[in-house]
Amino acid sequence: MTDQAVHAAEEAGGEVGRARLRKEDARLITGQTNWTDNISVTGLLHLAFLRSPMAHARIERVDVSPALERPGVVAAFTGRDLADALGPLPCAWPVTEDMVLPDHPPLAVDEVRHAGDPVAVVVARDRYAAADALEAIEVDYEPLPPVLDLEAALAEDAPLVHADKGTNRAYDWPLKAGEDFAAVRERADVVLERRYVQQRLIPNAMEPRAVVVTPLAASGEYTVYSATQIPHILRIMLSVVCGVPEQKLRVVAPDVGGGFGSKLQVYGEEAVALAVARRLGRPVKWTESRSEGYLATHHGRGMIQDVRIAATREGRLLGLKVDLLADMGAYLMLVTPGIPILGAFMYPAIYKMDSYEFACTGVFTTRTPTDAYRGAGRPEATFAIERIMDELAAELGLDPVEVRRRNWIRHEEFPYTSIAGLTYDSGNYEAATDKALALFGYDALRAEQRERNERGDAVRLGIGVSTYTEMCGLAPSRVLRDLRYSAGGWEAASIRMLPTGKVEVVTGTSPHGQGHVTCWSQIAADVLGVPFEDVEVVHGDTLVAPQGMDTYGSRSLVVGGAAVHRAAEKVVDRARKVAAHLLEASEDDLEFKGGVFSVKGSPEARRTIQEVAFETFTSHDVPDGMEPTLNAGHVLDPENFSYPHGTHLCAVEVDTETGQTRIRSYVCVDDVGRVINPMIVEGQVHGGLAQGIAQALFEEAVYDAEGNLVSGTMADYLVPSAADLPEFTTDRTETPATSNPLGAKGVGEAGTIASTPAVVNAIVDALRPFGVTDVRMPCTPERVWEAVRAAGSGRPAQKEAAQ
Amino acid sequence: MTHISVTVDGTVYEDEVEPRLLLVHYLRDRLGLTGTPVGCDTSNCGACTVELDGMSVKSCTVLAVQADGGEVTTVQGLARDGAWTPLQRAFHERHALQCGYCTPGMIMAARDLLRENPHPTSGEVRQALEGNLCRCTGYQNIVRAVLAAAEETTGETAGQDSAAGDGASGRRTASGQEVTA
Repeated sequence: MTDQAVHAAEEAGGEVGRARLRKEDARLITGQTNWTDNISVTGLLHLAFLRSPMAHARIERVDVSPALERPGVVAAFTGRDLADALGPLPCAWPVTEDMVLPDHPPLAVDEVRHAGDPVAVVVARDRYAAADALEAIEVDYEPLPPVLDLEAALAEDAPLVHADKGTNRAYDWPLKAGEDFAAVRERADVVLERRYVQQRLIPNAMEPRAVVVTPLAASGEYTVYSATQIPHILRIMLSVVCGVPEQKLRVVAPDVGGGFGSKLQVYGEEAVALAVARRLGRPVKWTESRSEGYLATHHGRGMIQDVRIAATREGRLLGLKVDLLADMGAYLMLVTPGIPILGAFMYPAIYKMDSYEFACTGVFTTRTPTDAYRGAGRPEATFAIERIMDELAAELGLDPVEVRRRNWIRHEEFPYTSIAGLTYDSGNYEAATDKALALFGYDALRAEQRERNERGDAVRLGIGVSTYTEMCGLAPSRVLRDLRYSAGGWEAASIRMLPTGKVEVVTGTSPHGQGHVTCWSQIAADVLGVPFEDVEVVHGDTLVAPQGMDTYGSRSLVVGGAAVHRAAEKVVDRARKVAAHLLEASEDDLEFKGGVFSVKGSPEARRTIQEVAFETFTSHDVPDGMEPTLNAGHVLDPENFSYPHGTHLCAVEVDTETGQTRIRSYVCVDDVGRVINPMIVEGQVHGGLAQGIAQALFEEAVYDAEGNLVSGTMADYLVPSAADLPEFTTDRTETPATSNPLGAKGVGEAGTIASTPAVVNAIVDALRPFGVTDVRMPCTPERVWEAVRAAGSGRPAQKEAAQ
Repeated sequence: MTHISVTVDGTVYEDEVEPRLLLVHYLRDRLGLTGTPVGCDTSNCGACTVELDGMSVKSCTVLAVQADGGEVTTVQGLARDGAWTPLQRAFHERHALQCGYCTPGMIMAARDLLRENPHPTSGEVRQALEGNLCRCTGYQNIVRAVLAAAEETTGETAGQDSAAGDGASGRRTASGQEVTA
């Protein structure tokens, strides 16, 4: 940040805006961590799950008794054995009234519906004994046909994932705004139609999932430690699934090693662990192996997008029509059906248009369920619109930046209600784009590109543009009601002023790498006027932070951090009353600055907030009738979503002889409103970029024709390493949000949302002289090479089955 | 069961172990040294990287019996009397970790690199850390941290990532951000 910005931040109070090093780091860099798998208690037993080797089969027989003969085995259960103790796993987002919601037993009872669906659990004295005993379990499967192709799954005579439901169609969800697309199509000069495929991705949080349950069986109390993003939601849901009264359940998210949406879930293993601990009265632990997680932890993306765009010959958008097929996988998990709906509002992106039509069909397949993965619906939407905007530019012979300029919302038009009905509170697309173009050296790169094209260089230069916005900061509760989501979108914070003048912030967010402890300390320190070091932040345990809606959807800062800000203001209001009483002054005559109350005009008459805290603790002399505490809480329901935006530019060099793509430079200018900690923001952007680029170039969950996950280990699924990724140039513009007291916008997902189309646009841009108009993700050397060959021979690239 | 004698972070341990017991499970489950985590089952992620007799190894790919008579250093054995090593400090100061799960392995692998190549280029750092995956940071700040630690150890014995030094403050990161401790 600039010196001026630092100065401004210090003026404002000192902490917000400052690149504070993280409080979280000390334990993490010295190995003094508390991952769930680290937890060990006396008498701990270990669970291992036997999983279906088939994508779809009827379970004819399961016999766990041979496993009981194995050394160290204490118990073993089938789905039927635990059926009385376990209800179905929940789906909290029935997106339509008539959505098909299949039964989802935590352990399969009659049928397995994806490779990895669990059928039995072994309980043993150590993790090796539990794993060994799995091979002794006997299961007879009657194979059923796999359901893998989204379009074929909807055919009349298609085999069914859930035969009792009579259809593979989970729901149809439409949205229509403005004129009919058919009408604008009539008057359009250009209509483009494209199909884009969002491949399935595996989230790959570095910490595998794990759960430990410690029972106090006699009193029916249970503590569940889980590598989860959502301890509060998990407590409610496990109570429902397992029938343990909510007040008897404590859920703790200890140190959690990343999530990216994959730990925003209520998993069968968590429910089974609780049920087994309850049945045996013994503490149990389960930790997934990475390969097991690839089958058992939900996947992301998995959509086919048919996109139509209508425009004038000047490049002005008239309308957009999107038809989406979304792969639900085998079951509807916590928010599975809602993920494409989160994208539904974002296809129009930053552009003005007269017509928007959207329809999504959720489709069951015999694959691992899909659910939230970083960006959750919005990366897919952004990809589709940003890809087709480049196609429009190419069709009209316009520069892709120019086409965007002709259609985007201008800064003076904010607040602006998009055609999809969202009110974007603030933004400045011109400023972010101009800054990015300058940093990137756009004109020079275009000149080099022309030169290399003219001389027929085998290694072509391509330039990709992505101008995005997103809706995040989930979410106004009334909007969630309208979207049929089962819960609210508020967040809670409370602040305790301790007798010694130190501060405890209790937050309902549940960080797993984001740096909430540091940032919430900065926010509270500024409002309270106390040192950053004097603030501690507690979280992730329903006993100590009982109220919360947890962490996902770039919500933590703009909802939870804003709640901290409001709670701190309430503390100051209470302290002001006590200070006025002690100073024998009117509240109106008090100034509060830097943690000190002083009487206007007589600065020697002063009390620090720490002194006031102690006086309130003793309560020997507080105002008559005042409740003797400074502690305060705030539950904040956001009035709007948060709309960060930015411009990402990517330059790639594509070797047309080998198909190899190399990212030569990547520039992004993001506008995430006011920034609490620029170091942490930059880190969030870096990580987001890495995951978005990984979708463009490297990652895909690949299934064979029988429904086996072929990319089933980390050796087969390409999570990029340091050697695979470029240096990023990041910068920011700052247009404060008007919807929260911090002026902040979400940042956790922005990089992922923006970067995928920037990279693919760059690759297509490099290959356009060859006649290439698309390369399917991930753009592997093989696919790029094939696209060049196919275009050169005048035949379309080898068609790959729609997944 | 096989008898082994292993020195871990300066302490000698004598144990009877199954021959198939992985070193990482020996460290975690038997010794309670849970600072070294497990991130995969195919030795791709490197989260479990430790040092065995001066060499960096992925402890999920080494049997405990192979460490018999050997000396193991984990991330928990790096700091001396509370003083962090230059790499630990650099990871903190350059924001080279978010969730921190990959961090122990990343630091141990970087230590191995700096021992062999005390003054790597950023490209060499990226290549050397290829076997250690991070899902949070995009690696840029990890590379910065390793380069910063290399710079800090200049003038000291090459590769000795145990020298204590002053915590840097008021410096700037490569992106020009003010860093305050």
